[in-house]
Amino acid sequence: MIVVGPAPIDVAAQFAALSAAGAGGIATFVGLVRADDGVATLELEHYPGATEAALQRLVDEARERWGLIDARITHRVGAMAPGDVVVFVGTAAAHRAPALEACAFLIDRLKTDAPFWKKETRGAETRWVEPRGSDDAAAARWTV
Amino acid sequence: MLYFAWVRERIGRDGEVVDPPGNVATVADLIGWLADGSTAHAAAFADRARLRAAVDQVFVPLDAALGSAREVAIFPPVTGG
Repeated sequence: MIVVGPAPIDVAAQFAALSAAGAGGIATFVGLVRADDGVATLELEHYPGATEAALQRLVDEARERWGLIDARITHRVGAMAPGDVVVFVGTAAAHRAPALEACAFLIDRLKTDAPFWKKETRGAETRWVEPRGSDDAAAARWTV
Repeated sequence: MLYFAWVRERIGRDGEVVDPPGNVATVADLIGWLADGSTAHAAAFADRARLRAAVDQVFVPLDAALGSAREVAIFPPVTGG
């Protein structure tokens, strides 16, 4: 299931929904707004329609590749503060290995394949976040 | 056309309807044509290596053909997650 929207992400509710699928193993990744480098607010912009389609393609690929019982990506957009949850990725499978691998695949590829853009505000200064080369390398390791 | 992030900010709008001439065959051609027509577009598109594109909501390289595209988006490299 894919959700993209401005509402705060309830990690417990996300986990409960995954647990209901009857899996033997669940892996989750929760991304937060970093609180350690002076960022006051983080603004997330996205490309409505294309974002959901890109995330759905990733979920479909993960379900197929690892035989998942369920997979969820919930990504927040709009204004956020340090400590807020930006993204929840969760995978449910019969055993731990496919759940863990598929969860890593989803967050690695989300970073390079889904049209989101981050803008940070520190004091009076705002700047658009630049992608890191290590993100491309992390995504490329999942190429078959 | 749709614009996102700093491309949107530099152009000063989030989208527009354009009707390019017949010799505009690729996304890169379209970017060049828009840049020739306005200083704001030229500023937004100055560094082509930092631009990414989607045609009808699918990511494509800048040399991709436009074909009968209805929606072209230009934006910086993505930074979600």
